[in-house]
Amino acid sequence: MLYVILEAVISVLLIAGGLFAFIGSLGLAHLRDFFMRLHGPTKATTLGIGCMLIASMLYFSVTQSEWHLQELLITLFLFITAPVSAHLLAKVGLHQRLKFVDKTRGKPVEFLDEDIGGKPLSDSSDSNS
Amino acid sequence: MMRLRSWLPTPGLSLLLLIVWLLLVNEVSVGHLLLGGILAIAIPRLTSRFWDRKPTVHKPMKLLLFFLRVVGDIIVANLQVARIILSPWHRSRPHFVEYPLMLEERFAITILASTITLTPGTVSANLRMDGKTLLIHALDAEDDATLIRTIRERYEQPLKEIFEC
Repeated sequence: MLYVILEAVISVLLIAGGLFAFIGSLGLAHLRDFFMRLHGPTKATTLGIGCMLIASMLYFSVTQSEWHLQELLITLFLFITAPVSAHLLAKVGLHQRLKFVDKTRGKPVEFLDEDIGGKPLSDSSDSNS
Repeated sequence: MMRLRSWLPTPGLSLLLLIVWLLLVNEVSVGHLLLGGILAIAIPRLTSRFWDRKPTVHKPMKLLLFFLRVVGDIIVANLQVARIILSPWHRSRPHFVEYPLMLEERFAITILASTITLTPGTVSANLRMDGKTLLIHALDAEDDATLIRTIRERYEQPLKEIFEC
């Protein structure tokens, strides 16, 4: 009985994981501009993979009757690295001045010299060349 | 005590590294405890000069609460983003917002920026070199003020209490 319940939980997690990963990829293809596309892989995909990893952890812990916790590490690393890579991608997009859809409100920053490495931060006060 | 401090400048980090090592090999034995222990002592000592300042956690319980809240928000964020992606007639309102930061500690800002990226409809896009404002791209935002207030109340305030107070 317990096994059946666990099996159901694992199946639901796997299906949910697959769905979220699919939606994330769909967003990557379907949304209008670069900055909107970034939202798909950073959110939907992380949760999708998180679900699958939890399912895998449960399955192997139950069937092999020993704890499998490596998946926790994968989840941890994924959740640390995904925002950083997304941030860098967005930053590159800004530097390349990629186009974004017209209905976007607000403006991206105008880069200051120090933001793009035009001049070092330390002498920003005493030199204005 | 002084000797212990000089050997283990960051006990928390060392413990974390040991746990990560044991999880990686997926086995607890004397050999791996020893090897993991050596790594857990050596790695923080070798990398200590790259850390500009060690973050201090003032309220560990708050940190745990914050973590749980972020996990909950990640799930909500996914459902929201899924809804926007799946419904072609749903008019998304993309938005660039410049968010004025209250936090000053760089580590806390890093955590805030990562949290913003992982949670509802927002990606942090650019941090100014002076560390005063963070540019956020929102997939579907009502208006600037609401978004800024939400982030301030839900994430920045707790982080400020945890790391800076």
